[in-house]
Amino acid sequence: MIKRFVCSGLAMLGTVSALAGAAETPASLMAQYAKQAGVPVSALSAERGAALYRTEHPGRNGQAVSCAGCHTANPTQAGRTRIGKRIEPLAPAANPQRFTDAAKVEKWFRRNCQDVLQRECSAQEKGDFITWLSQAK
Amino acid sequence: MNYLLRGIGVVSAVGVFSLLAFSLPSGDARGDGGYTLPKLTHKNWQQECASCHIAYPPSMLPKASWRRLMGGLDQHFGENASLDPATQADILRFLEANAADSGTSRMGSRVMRSMSPSEAPLRITETRWFVRKHDEVSRATWSRKSIGSAANCAACHRQAERGVFDEDTVRIPK
Repeated sequence: MIKRFVCSGLAMLGTVSALAGAAETPASLMAQYAKQAGVPVSALSAERGAALYRTEHPGRNGQAVSCAGCHTANPTQAGRTRIGKRIEPLAPAANPQRFTDAAKVEKWFRRNCQDVLQRECSAQEKGDFITWLSQAK
Repeated sequence: MNYLLRGIGVVSAVGVFSLLAFSLPSGDARGDGGYTLPKLTHKNWQQECASCHIAYPPSMLPKASWRRLMGGLDQHFGENASLDPATQADILRFLEANAADSGTSRMGSRVMRSMSPSEAPLRITETRWFVRKHDEVSRATWSRKSIGSAANCAACHRQAERGVFDEDTVRIPK
């Protein structure tokens, strides 16, 4: 009961801050994605997030692609784009600016899920992904 | 006395003016040894285009190229680089206003000189201007791990992000 209350409180907070255009936090985004997926935040899984990050998929040109391919095996490290430009670390522990801007987060999920999985990611997958990255040290 | 002061004033004003006119890089050219492009600022262009590669100078492709490119961002050289419509339109306006055929830069005139009006290449590296400028670079050099491809301007043009393409700033990595 208390947990449900806290969850819906978090979700409401998330919605309110999204409406106000205020900065998000990894936790508020997790709450929003959990709500979208229709599950409690506690049902988000860091393990599934890690698997999503590491699993290789056949890319458009036949080459294996994964999140880790550009972001490196360790998300607290900087990665590299295909052209060779530095990508700041994905893990908030190493880069506090990550997951603080809902529009930016959605933009990159939209692009990169299409590139890696050839489809959009579900709200649950997005929540799992952030859950795992928030724990990466 | 008054005349003397005024004379000194005029002479020094002329001096300062000519110093400014001849010593500052007034445009985008510095002899034949490469180019320093005029500084362009545009928030979305810099923020969005430069997330994955340098924000390529708009003066290196004609308007028709930029229209084609910005119209196909969901399949951008094998990657999804899609933007929301407002940002996309905003960036395209900026690219068109400063494109090679916009008449706003000497860099653009150089690119256009070796391009027919019907051409609209998607890659700067496909323009005859680029090919001629880099004809001494071997294929093996382009594919070095430290460079990757010809799209990685900043690998050799160390100040490319700031629009500096002068030859004396080039250092080809091993």
